[in-house]
Amino acid sequence: MSAGGPLRETNPLRRFHGTGTMTLLFFLFLYIPIFVLFALSFNAGSTATIWKGFSFSWYASVADNPDIIRSAQNSLIVASAATVFSTLLATLAALGMDRARFTGTSAIAGVIALPLIVPEIVTAVASLIFFVGIGLRLGLGTVILAHTVFCIPFAYLPIKARLEGMPAAYREAAADLYADEWHTFRRITLPLLWPGILSGAMLAFITSLDDFVTTFFVAGPGSSTLPLYIFTSVRIGISPEVNAISAIMLGISIVFVAASMFIGRKG
Amino acid sequence: MAGASSSLLAPFRRSPFLRRLALIGPATGLVVVFMVLPLLLMLLYSFLERGTYGGVVWNFSTSSYVQFLFDRDLDDSLIFNDAYVGIYLRSFWLAGLTTVICLVVGFPTALYMSLQPRRTRELLVFLVTIPFWTNLLVRTYAWILLLRREGLVDTALQSLHITSQPLGLLYTDTANLIGLVYSFLPFMVLPIYTSLEKLDFRLVEAAYDLGANRSTAIRRIVLPLAAPGLVAGAILVFIPCLGAYVTPELLGGGKALMIGNLIQQQFGASQNWPFGAALSFMLLAFVLIAMIAYALRFGRAKSVLERGR
Repeated sequence: MSAGGPLRETNPLRRFHGTGTMTLLFFLFLYIPIFVLFALSFNAGSTATIWKGFSFSWYASVADNPDIIRSAQNSLIVASAATVFSTLLATLAALGMDRARFTGTSAIAGVIALPLIVPEIVTAVASLIFFVGIGLRLGLGTVILAHTVFCIPFAYLPIKARLEGMPAAYREAAADLYADEWHTFRRITLPLLWPGILSGAMLAFITSLDDFVTTFFVAGPGSSTLPLYIFTSVRIGISPEVNAISAIMLGISIVFVAASMFIGRKG
Repeated sequence: MAGASSSLLAPFRRSPFLRRLALIGPATGLVVVFMVLPLLLMLLYSFLERGTYGGVVWNFSTSSYVQFLFDRDLDDSLIFNDAYVGIYLRSFWLAGLTTVICLVVGFPTALYMSLQPRRTRELLVFLVTIPFWTNLLVRTYAWILLLRREGLVDTALQSLHITSQPLGLLYTDTANLIGLVYSFLPFMVLPIYTSLEKLDFRLVEAAYDLGANRSTAIRRIVLPLAAPGLVAGAILVFIPCLGAYVTPELLGGGKALMIGNLIQQQFGASQNWPFGAALSFMLLAFVLIAMIAYALRFGRAKSVLERGR
């Protein structure tokens, strides 16, 4: 892996003055806000930032808030549906693009990656105009549709990477042993591809669950998701309850990303 | 049944082209119908007249683009109005400043990370990746807790006797800038790290042997070889920054408007959809020009994404 040979780590020539300090500051900057948010979500007091002792009470109040429960349900419905649709489409597309050498390959790759290139606010505006223009009623359906579109590249990239890393020899061996293409796919390609699919699905899920801007534009009345609920609450005023629900969202993201990376690497 | 389905599938068996088309078609079709078409419709809307309660009236009009630059005076003459141009310039300035800060912090960090033992390197990459994927809204919210009046930054600075009164950082350009750097810093570190990890360090040693000191070696060897990562990182920071909505909305607090907030206003309070569409299209045009320039200089456009993700 490391191009510089075995001495890479120990050689004093490979140290650069100040880079260690910068890295330390970088990680402090990155993680202090996250730790502060987690810590304050356990605050017993009723103001968001003044510490009054340890308590789970705000988590209990989150669990008792019907608006939060409804938004959480919507978030789960949207993220699950968008994950299933986008992962299915992305898997098929990755298989179709595998070792593709025809003209237009890079154009197709560009189309699939488009949701990553266009600024999200522009996509959100365009989606709103389109949905209203073709007469779709804004609601969970339009949110799921928009999320499926922008989740496709997130699901696609890990699956494509996994396929590219798969030695052709396995599939050739299966063909040598008289497996037809369908059997080769089911018994060789799919099991080897599975960690990539799972990893892609998890990234799609977390991307959808976390999305704010697109949802903000294409959600109708009654289809508020958790990020939308948090945004609206923050605009009214910060509270320990918002700390708790934010900490829960952050926790879910961290677990999913860790799991996705673990599966993607080990599988 | 089995016979019927196999004869239905027969053309796909025989023709690899048809098979590929059937596999690739649904995903690309969905993106084309629900993203490319909407973008084209948005362009069309930007040349229509506004409806009274949102929506559009189907009459051709360039008034949205005129409105971007001019106010109409009482006698119908046009007077240059710098309010909207100013918000675009401010957004470019903030996005550029964020990119530069991210480069200055990101490069030494990525260099340090790339020179660690393998296990440490994997751990550090993991630690950078976590915020990369976690909720931007929630991470921005955390900064409200830190920056608000009597918040944690104020409390910490006052108890250390560095400042004597609240700084009132929240709802300023500074807060906005901190939030933007915080949001997009991981997008800079990861691509730089990826290109530095592949760097053959014997080249740097060769430079030392030939009498170069460290700063010369960094300037002449490391930086040029890390250039693809630096450029990819700059694009991954600059573009989402330019279209940022959440950070200026929550940390800038209405005074530090950026393009994203201006666009949102047209679909919210102002109910001027054609103007919102025109503002969005101009943002998209800038981004596409930047991407095309990158693709021409550094190869295919998709490589920026593969380096970044």
